[in-house]
Amino acid sequence: MSDELDPAPGAPIIVCQDVHKWFGELHVLRGIDLTVAHGEVLVIFGPSGSGKSTFIRTLNRLEEHQRGRIVVDGIELSSDVRNISAIRSEIGMVFQQFNLFPHLTVLENVTLGPIRVRGWTRDRAEAAARELLERVGIPEQAAKFPLQLSGGQQQRVAIARALAMQPRVMLFDEPTSALDPEMISEVLDVMQELATSGMTMLVVTHEMGFARAVADRLVFMDEGLIVEQGTPSQIFEAPEQERTKRFLAQILH
Amino acid sequence: MTAEVPGFGADVPRLPPPVTQRGAVGWLRQHLFRTWKDTLLTLVLGVVLGWLLYQLTLWTFTSARWGVITDNLRLFLIGLYPAQEAWRIWLCLTSLSLLAGATAGSRGGYARTIAIWLMAGQLTVAVLAVFSPMGVVAILALVANSILVLVAQMATRRHPVRSRWLTTAWLASVPLTMLLLHGIAAVGMPVVDPDLWGGLLLTFLLASISMVLSFPVGVLLALGRRSRLPAIRLLCTTFIEVVRGVPLVTLIFLADIMLPLFLPDGVDLDRVVRAIGAFTLFTAAYLAENVRGGLQAIPRGQIEAAQAIGLSGMQVDRFIVLPQALRAVIPANVGLFISLLKDTTLVVIVGLLDVLGIGRAVLAQPEWLGTSFEVYAFVAVVFFGLSYTMSHASYRLEAALGVGRR
Repeated sequence: MSDELDPAPGAPIIVCQDVHKWFGELHVLRGIDLTVAHGEVLVIFGPSGSGKSTFIRTLNRLEEHQRGRIVVDGIELSSDVRNISAIRSEIGMVFQQFNLFPHLTVLENVTLGPIRVRGWTRDRAEAAARELLERVGIPEQAAKFPLQLSGGQQQRVAIARALAMQPRVMLFDEPTSALDPEMISEVLDVMQELATSGMTMLVVTHEMGFARAVADRLVFMDEGLIVEQGTPSQIFEAPEQERTKRFLAQILH
Repeated sequence: MTAEVPGFGADVPRLPPPVTQRGAVGWLRQHLFRTWKDTLLTLVLGVVLGWLLYQLTLWTFTSARWGVITDNLRLFLIGLYPAQEAWRIWLCLTSLSLLAGATAGSRGGYARTIAIWLMAGQLTVAVLAVFSPMGVVAILALVANSILVLVAQMATRRHPVRSRWLTTAWLASVPLTMLLLHGIAAVGMPVVDPDLWGGLLLTFLLASISMVLSFPVGVLLALGRRSRLPAIRLLCTTFIEVVRGVPLVTLIFLADIMLPLFLPDGVDLDRVVRAIGAFTLFTAAYLAENVRGGLQAIPRGQIEAAQAIGLSGMQVDRFIVLPQALRAVIPANVGLFISLLKDTTLVVIVGLLDVLGIGRAVLAQPEWLGTSFEVYAFVAVVFFGLSYTMSHASYRLEAALGVGRR
């Protein structure tokens, strides 16, 4: 991506302070403090209902936080509309259910954002889109419609669609949970390549093999709080909290 | 990915599906003569249906007095529109033929269906006109228009007209057609009072203009009903509920009798325009509810994904939500438009004579007493032709857009 604009690796790109969120009476985020450095790959895991998806969705304001501060790339998230679209075009997001636009071709899915939000010409957007489809390994599917593709291919298109906006941060919300087992690796490979290229990534996943191989830092969440965080070796080999040990024992067998 | 072990299962045969139908005789035996009860039922029904068909054919070709249609063809087609000004109608049809042909050639698909039916319809009327006292000009005009549909289609197939130009031309053709039919006193073109417009001309104008106008109004109402602003939401909801809660007949009466009372002196909307207004509002309210159903069917994830790439609320509606919602409700909306077409017969209550109204007027003539079956059969065929054109075109449109597939 646009390396010349990026600050040095290690500088914070996301800063969260005391982030709270309620769904009605339910207190789902109970004070999240987290700083993500530029170029860092973060894997967030935890039991279902722990608030991990809700948390990364507050980062591009698909969910509004009700207390605390979130600053992304120097812009504080507030209810100001211009501010929201500025943030959203900096952050790419990949969903569990892919959420590709079924009425548009693969190429149109990828070029929609650059043309309508960035104001690129169709030619420029299409050239960039074809490059991205090449990068995620499905250049030959450009003219097809999403539902003609396999789940793994759809998720790779979704990654290309997010990358087309040239984001500075990528959020992945359980990107492989809806995939058939034999398709998980093709998506993880693309994500690993992306991580190697220096992209800042926040990944909610239970793919612990991916976490161990790719993540710079693991964050374990439960009950709307960050229970524990550390490097993969710290978390896997010497977790400090009893809760973390129990959860890892469950998912690693 | 079952190709990992090539030849696996090669010794287990891959069977063709079981055969349940073996040729035409097999089909007949399977469906009509399976048991002795089936056979009896088939024979009895066959005799009854055959006898009915025979009687109908006999009546159609021997005792039916089709003269009631051909002698009154002008009335059925254009109502009381003056004969010496009928060229304006043929001219309007020429522009319609040109546009339909050009659209069919440039876009194909559903537009071609409409063009074919327009051509077939005009040729049929031309054939009828041969047996009527309408004169050679009308026949030649109708035949020429039919050929024009074909020519325009062939010419634009190789050199397609841009969509933007087609849309502009269609939109411009509506007021121009109305103006031409009405006449412009300032340039010495005699004004034909819209109260005199009638027959198929009136039916067609009422239905098509109400359709074109109600579509955007209905979509805006549906969007308004989901608006984040309470005032807009309340306004749209109230409008939809009130209009849906009132019989169409009442709306037409209101538009005809009440509206002039509210208009300032000197401003006078004619009957046809008021009727179009009533039909448009009525159809828009129902259309809004259809579209709302389509909007609700769009998964939340679609909207979130569109927001996540930075599209604004209006862009999300325009590029993601509406294209999917509108295509999902094509069948419902076409059904609504077919209802609208048939509801236009209600204008008879405010003294306008559409095809059906003309039919009743014709039957009141002493020399055509006892021909009501012929007249109503003709009116039924006309409405069926128009309705079937719409539903046929809608199937083509659905197929082209891949409704239910993507």
